[in-house]
Amino acid sequence: MAETGHSAGEYISHHLQNLTVCKADGQWVWNECHGNFFAINVDSMVFAILLGFALVFFFSRVAKRATTGVPGKLQTIVEIVVGFVDQSVRDTFSHPPKSRVIAPLAMTLFVWIFLMNSMDLIPVDWLPWAAGHLGVEHLRVVPTTDVNVTFAMAISVFLLTIYFSIKIKGGWGFTKELILQPFNHWAAVPFNFALEGVSLIAKPISLSLRLFGNLYAGELIFMLIALLGIWQLPLHFAWAVFHLLIVLLQAFIFMMLTIVYLSQAHEHH
Amino acid sequence: MDFNLTLIGQTVAMIVFVWFCMRFIWPPVMNAIEQRRKEIADGIAAGDKGQRELADARHGAESILQDARQKATQVADMAHKRSNEMVAEAKEHASAEGERIVAAARTELVTSQTKARDALRREVAALAVAGATRVLGREVDAKSHATLLDELAAELEKQAPTHG
Repeated sequence: MAETGHSAGEYISHHLQNLTVCKADGQWVWNECHGNFFAINVDSMVFAILLGFALVFFFSRVAKRATTGVPGKLQTIVEIVVGFVDQSVRDTFSHPPKSRVIAPLAMTLFVWIFLMNSMDLIPVDWLPWAAGHLGVEHLRVVPTTDVNVTFAMAISVFLLTIYFSIKIKGGWGFTKELILQPFNHWAAVPFNFALEGVSLIAKPISLSLRLFGNLYAGELIFMLIALLGIWQLPLHFAWAVFHLLIVLLQAFIFMMLTIVYLSQAHEHH
Repeated sequence: MDFNLTLIGQTVAMIVFVWFCMRFIWPPVMNAIEQRRKEIADGIAAGDKGQRELADARHGAESILQDARQKATQVADMAHKRSNEMVAEAKEHASAEGERIVAAARTELVTSQTKARDALRREVAALAVAGATRVLGREVDAKSHATLLDELAAELEKQAPTHG
């Protein structure tokens, strides 16, 4: 569905541009914020928050009417998700965690990321086309293809990991883990610290880049398929079916790794 | 691919959604699941218990039935025996009664025979005396000839043994 008058490169780079707003020289400007940290990707935020609200609305509606008797169909779906996440947390942690935040956090991330990824299944041109007619120049509908979104979630998980590490093991216990592994000798402290520091920092980076990379690549392929004219229809369908798997799998992996990182934070070595 | 304030915005949004989920979604749903799980476990346990009780009751009923059957047989046996006894008793009683009646009749017969014979004898004696009186032409004192008359009566009796 490439619009006429655009080259393929222009089409793709146009679709990969976020709708950004920032204040430059005392004035709000749109889409002119390259390199400015104090800018907001409006499309990512709007879709992320909308989907978050959809999640919260749907789940709390069911939760409010939750019956201990025979559950309705919606409640069954919610219970399957909740039960699944709860089971994952139980299986990963050696002792059940004291903190009540871990399972709900995992579930929110799972469903939210799943919903955000699912936006990829809407044909790539529909929403940007509609937005274009409303005067919005750029629109990216999949929040998880925005590196800000995935990093924000990964960094939050990372900070929570450090919080639990210090809470469970104490500041000194956590530090010891960083400097006295893998070689428990005072001379090896700098080496250990470098090694452990890298592995510590690698966690949030790999967590966020994995999700971002998968979804970004998926979206890019949808765009390439969209350039193929009539042949895009079967290909689009085939890639969408395959992408369905990625959508669910990446949400699951993000959730599972979150649980694993948090369980590691709870474990003494 | 620029990092910008979206990072912070997304973090804040995530914290809010996770908090909401932790506060308002997770507990009721989890509670419902746990509660139902418990109810199902209780239900299964109750079912098992009911089944066990049913088996016990069935067993008990069978033994009671067997007892009853045995008792009924005993009662029937006893009744049979008793009825046999009663029939035997009644038979014995009846035959005794019959014998008694026959004996009484026989006694009465003997008595009345004796009475009749005595009367006959007296009559014969009186006839004899009357005959003798007519023959002799004078009054015979029955008392003075009592011995004679008795002998006569004895003689008569001997001559008519078939009446005895």
